[in-house]
Amino acid sequence: MAESAIELVGIDKRFGAVHANRDIHLRVEKGTIHGIIGENGAGKSTLMSILYGFYQADNGEIRINGAPARISDPNTAIALGIGMVHQHFMLVENFTVLENVMLGVEGAPLLKRGIAKARAELKRLEQEYQLDVDPDALIEELPVGLQQRVEILKALYRGAEILVLDEPTGVLTPAEADHLFRILEQLKAQGKTIVLITHKLREIMAVTDNVSVMRQGSMVATRKTTETTVEELAELMVGRRVLLRVQKGEAKPGEVKLSVENLTVRDSRGVIMVDNASFTVRAGEIVGIAGVAGNGQSQLIETVAGIRTAVSGRVLLDGQVIDITGAADPGELRDRGLAHVPEDRHHMGLVLAFEEYENSILGYHDDPLYLNGPFLDIQAIQADARKKIEKYDIRPSDPRLKTANFSGGNQQKIVLAREIERDPGVLIIGQPTRGVDVGAIEFIHKRIIEMRDAGKAVLLVSVELDEIRSLSDRILVMFAGRIVGERDSDASEGELGLLMAGVEQQEAAE
Amino acid sequence: MMDFLIATAQVLDATVRLSVPLLLACLAGLYSERAGIFDIGLEGKMLAGAFAAAATAAYTGSAYIGLLAAVLVSVALGLVHGFASITHRGNQIVSGMAINFIAAGTTVMLGQAWFKQGGRTPPIADAARFNAIDLPGAEALRDIPVIGPFYSGFISGRPLLVYVAFLLVPFTWWVLYRTRFGLRLRAVGENPAAVDTAGISVPWLRYRAVICCGLLCGIAGAYLSTADGAGFGRDMTAGKGYIALAALIFAKWRPVQAMFACLLFGFLDAFAIRNQGHPLPLIGEVPVQLMQALPYILTIVLLAGFIGKAIPPKAGGVAYVKER
Repeated sequence: MAESAIELVGIDKRFGAVHANRDIHLRVEKGTIHGIIGENGAGKSTLMSILYGFYQADNGEIRINGAPARISDPNTAIALGIGMVHQHFMLVENFTVLENVMLGVEGAPLLKRGIAKARAELKRLEQEYQLDVDPDALIEELPVGLQQRVEILKALYRGAEILVLDEPTGVLTPAEADHLFRILEQLKAQGKTIVLITHKLREIMAVTDNVSVMRQGSMVATRKTTETTVEELAELMVGRRVLLRVQKGEAKPGEVKLSVENLTVRDSRGVIMVDNASFTVRAGEIVGIAGVAGNGQSQLIETVAGIRTAVSGRVLLDGQVIDITGAADPGELRDRGLAHVPEDRHHMGLVLAFEEYENSILGYHDDPLYLNGPFLDIQAIQADARKKIEKYDIRPSDPRLKTANFSGGNQQKIVLAREIERDPGVLIIGQPTRGVDVGAIEFIHKRIIEMRDAGKAVLLVSVELDEIRSLSDRILVMFAGRIVGERDSDASEGELGLLMAGVEQQEAAE
Repeated sequence: MMDFLIATAQVLDATVRLSVPLLLACLAGLYSERAGIFDIGLEGKMLAGAFAAAATAAYTGSAYIGLLAAVLVSVALGLVHGFASITHRGNQIVSGMAINFIAAGTTVMLGQAWFKQGGRTPPIADAARFNAIDLPGAEALRDIPVIGPFYSGFISGRPLLVYVAFLLVPFTWWVLYRTRFGLRLRAVGENPAAVDTAGISVPWLRYRAVICCGLLCGIAGAYLSTADGAGFGRDMTAGKGYIALAALIFAKWRPVQAMFACLLFGFLDAFAIRNQGHPLPLIGEVPVQLMQALPYILTIVLLAGFIGKAIPPKAGGVAYVKER
């Protein structure tokens, strides 16, 4: 049996009433890539934060390279050779790569010698692992893929032998993700141990040697990757069989419900975010917009939903022009049958400090249904909220619970229930399953398909290519504000990936 | 012509004199805000420092003990701000304002209780003040044309704290950009989580920044009451702490630019005092209030984006909470 790099014995951790980690046992072999997979909230990140000294376990033992270790803070973890690449990069954006790498390990009170040393060391790492980044580039000017590379360099610079990556591909294009996996292979070949935390099964199958599955705070299984299947892992994660491909029949597109013509949108800085976009969405079809985050999808749907103003262009809802150049009014659009599930439920979709039932009518609070003269009819609203809770299986089923206390998936269901139950003609939905666990994903996908089959027009934006591909009847790809291509739902991932990266477009221009 | 030259020299002289407290307070704010702790309490710390310096100097007869007292009081108030905003993650503006009110009230109250002169300290004898010092060579160079009068008349012959203030500018630049402390200080104001994961204590780093801030505010206060003035009078800072904040924004939180911003604002002040009641050529008589408001107006113009963009430290004003 190979030597073990990490051994976790009976790790237990509670946050108040939440039992985040229950008696976790895990053994990671030296020189392997070990995947940890589980739904959001399964306790993966907590476990790794314990390993990195961010939190202390209530019970249990950590052994690094066979020796018991007390990891009381990140410093200890770093000293033990553990490096962590966080989901949200821990970089100072207006610092250079070099400054970020040396932060915390400057060597001496004066920077001069530290800078020289860091520069030399970066050059060495660059050669050894093909991790090339300009040391003098400012972080904010680097694409996310390179920022992530800086995070890896930071860990290696600190002498990491064990590298933990938390959801590393969430922000990457498929091509960037593949590049990352090549880097990981390279690191493995040099004898480093890698722990990869993700909820994407595809990644687990692609790069790991072993995989452990977490569910509701417990470690439920560990498998050799070659001896397991996507289906088995998914079942272990959720505790029951899930449909990974959404079952759906042929689309029966009807009349045009939503029509966007030559839409151009600038952001507050005056940068063009949506560039002359035109498309239509028909009744009974799902149009998906694929693209790497930040290519104008958000601005596009926000404009159509009446939240943002456009510079030029027209948007028609049921053949009637929507005023998008000035006094756009999301409330009026709702009355006209356009519902919007915003991309960021925390900022736009919900007031987290509100109780569930209050959020369940947000934006529809003027409806006579919820009013008793000039006052809110709390009884009616709560009864209505209870109905939605039951229909959408929102847990816990308590309309008086503060919304912040629901999990991501349940929060999303609150928003969906609110918007879908109004029976809108057009549904705009952004990132329907971001931060949502597998069980809820399946549920949400089914609702979206049901909307389509009921003859509604659905405009879907998601950075999850799998989601776009499995739900959409037509796929539009956005790159740098433009719609650079339209494909059928059976377009290959590679083809879409190239479009998303703007490659095809450049070739066409040459 | 001669009149004009003399007038100019006098205004420039007053500019330096009036800039010094602004500069010290501005650099104080820079240390704090670069670390992500907004400090609207510069005014209060300066005022408390001025009182402590004057009272102590009047009692002990030593300007240096007065300075020490000013620094101690100001640092103590800085630590209160730190305790509220770092340890207890309170609102930094509220905490800063509270310090301003406490300082404004307490100084007058203690002054009245101790000295019975309407909240003022008794006038301080010259021996207990920071007096003008002659720089080396001032005498020897006096007769050289141009350079001589400039060096011995303008540069030399000022209280020690003036030189301290201006030397603190390159020193602060060096600390910020050439030392480990500076690198971490800048980092913690931008992304404290990055500092935390790098294994550096965020609270301790921010407390050190707040202490630096208190130290400099104390010096600024001592300058007001024992170098520029000779005793404490109620509200003697007269909004200088706020102007220093404006200068800090104007300088986009950078030390060298902070010096120029403070000199500019000091110049506006000196100019306003000098020309009070005198009509200006072409413009006519300008109300003194307008001149006094100019630093704020300039700052607003800057904030509105007309003179480039002033981007504050990203984590400024936000208490750091480890994510759960």
